[in-house]
Amino acid sequence: MRTRPAARAGQYAALLAYLVFLAFPLLWLLSTAFKSPTELGSLHPTWIPRHPTLANFRQAFDEQPLLRAGLNSLLAALGAALIAVLLATPLAYVIARRRTALSRAVTGWVVVSQAFPFVLVIIPLFLVLKHLRLIDSLFGLVMVYVVWALPFALWMLVGHVRAVPVELEEAAAVDGAGRLRTLVSVTAPLLAPGIVATGLFAFVTAWNEFFFALVLLKTPEKQTLPVVLTHFIGAEGVADLGPLAAAAFLATLPSLVVFALVQRRIAGGLLAGAVKS
Amino acid sequence: MRTRLTTAVVVLLLLLAGCTSASRTGGPITLRFQSLAWQDESVAANRELVEEWNATHSDVKVEYVQGSWDSVHDQLLTSFEGGEAPDIIHDASDDLADFAYGGYLADLTGLLTDRLKSGIPLRSWRTATFGNGIYGVPFLQEPRVLIANTTWLAEAGVRIPTPEHPWTWAEFRQITERLSGDGRYGVAWPLKEPVSATLNLSLSAGGQLFHRGADGKVTVRFRAADQVVPRTVHDQVVVDHSAPDSTLGSGGSDTLPGFFAGRYAMVPLGFSYRQQIVQQAPKGFRWEVLPAPAGADGLAQGVSPQTLSIAADSPHKKEAAEFIDFLLRPKNMVRLALGDWMLPTGTEALGDPALHTATYGWATGTALAGHLGPAPAQTVRGYPEWKDKVATPALQEYYSGAIGLGELRHRLETDGNLVLARYQR
Repeated sequence: MRTRPAARAGQYAALLAYLVFLAFPLLWLLSTAFKSPTELGSLHPTWIPRHPTLANFRQAFDEQPLLRAGLNSLLAALGAALIAVLLATPLAYVIARRRTALSRAVTGWVVVSQAFPFVLVIIPLFLVLKHLRLIDSLFGLVMVYVVWALPFALWMLVGHVRAVPVELEEAAAVDGAGRLRTLVSVTAPLLAPGIVATGLFAFVTAWNEFFFALVLLKTPEKQTLPVVLTHFIGAEGVADLGPLAAAAFLATLPSLVVFALVQRRIAGGLLAGAVKS
Repeated sequence: MRTRLTTAVVVLLLLLAGCTSASRTGGPITLRFQSLAWQDESVAANRELVEEWNATHSDVKVEYVQGSWDSVHDQLLTSFEGGEAPDIIHDASDDLADFAYGGYLADLTGLLTDRLKSGIPLRSWRTATFGNGIYGVPFLQEPRVLIANTTWLAEAGVRIPTPEHPWTWAEFRQITERLSGDGRYGVAWPLKEPVSATLNLSLSAGGQLFHRGADGKVTVRFRAADQVVPRTVHDQVVVDHSAPDSTLGSGGSDTLPGFFAGRYAMVPLGFSYRQQIVQQAPKGFRWEVLPAPAGADGLAQGVSPQTLSIAADSPHKKEAAEFIDFLLRPKNMVRLALGDWMLPTGTEALGDPALHTATYGWATGTALAGHLGPAPAQTVRGYPEWKDKVATPALQEYYSGAIGLGELRHRLETDGNLVLARYQR
């Protein structure tokens, strides 16, 4: 069926509007990061700074330990993503392949667990971590992020495992491959896009997380980037807008870079199982 | 591939393990001081004072921890519940009620030196007094002032108010009407948080709103004196059109571009906004600080000063109180005030020449210090819910002209007292 030119133009217009909608905050952040305080106080703001300056970046780095905080965030996010994927992958495989009452119960619990807001769990969680001596510890924070990301990661991976035809594994078995060999040589490569997408989800969730990091880390040297960014904000929402925008823009870069590097795999991962081939 | 992955995981775990906290053993006492200072000058002043303390006190070390105004209440609540709160806590007096009544903060009555007690006026101490205890040392405060476009006011030939001869609320309304026209407004009210602004300014007209009965219970009564400020704002927006309705939902910073562009002649803002104005004002833009209008009670205003408290769980309360005493010595209080562009509460600190210069309106602000008292509602239990569920929407609707004064009174009193009653059974 051919699309009429008018309909096609409408589709592109809608897509463009959606892209502008998505890109607006980032572009505005970028524009603000390069503006002087006087320009930020202008009634008629421009997209392109009239007098671009790097002063906001200099001030942001001078005032706050952005590099150290960025490294902490990177460690926490990478750790959370890796551990979440390592735990979720075998779990998802079992849930997808063994359709027992237990796996259905686990799936149900995963869904229910998503309903708990973090304000409800933060104090009990704090007490548990305190008993485990994991308060003020980046490792403790990673454990929290893993627990927080695991249900959705599991949910995502179960879908990906189900999209891998079980007949392929049966064919490998017929050819004499053992269970481990089948998993490593047949299932794992087909699951790779899903694993990447799940890992990325866990990474971005941990990279952006603020409240757990604020509450659980006490030592300034261990603070993560989202916590440090709030140091540019004062009482009643007054903010040091230029340095805040500069630091926030830098904080978005790692996510963008990771997305750019693995986008093809993510697209594959997200689409896997969408249609029956 | 698998080996590389395993190595990566092991390295990562080792790195993370290296970041776990080590337990403290022996050595000098370490106090954790969580400061909410955020502006560069203010952070520098705080850090310098901590370094000066540490240089002279080998047995009691203070560790500076930077907190955030944005989330301080939730963060402190969790830390208190978990028994991991900082020893010395920087906050604002209007945030202390729950923590004080909840037993999370130490009563400072017996811990403070006579110098500190007598150096801060009673009206300031009342902002941090809950029940019979003192739960914070109020040390920085800011009045709401009018930031005015000097050139515009001079060209209009209006009388410039001073702390000795301020405008009345009626005069203020007349002047803003005179200054308005051709898409320009005499004043822009940034009322994103309309309740605190209204209640604090209403003290000047003798407004109280919250009345404590003989049984100790608090009720809301919206009397004539309470209506002076809301009526002025309402009439400026709805009747005179001398104030735009577009800024009613804005924060103070949002009104500055219009102020700099000559759209508004005046903006009522907290005293510390001057720092932002100095940073952002276009070259050659002339501005000045004027006192807020006065009413039957003169220039009286409610404030919620910044405070320093000590956690009830701190094992080193005496040492923490000694650090607070050091931090708030008159000269140090002046350094903190200058860093935050605010006024100190201490009487001796307020006399410092640095706070009496005409530059950036310091002298005008300092002259208002004697008129500042506790914000009317901060010790009222149930105030946060009354503010969020009743007063904020009611005042927003009244200021925009959606409801009249009768309906505003009904909501503040009838609906409001139902809310407060739940907290006072």
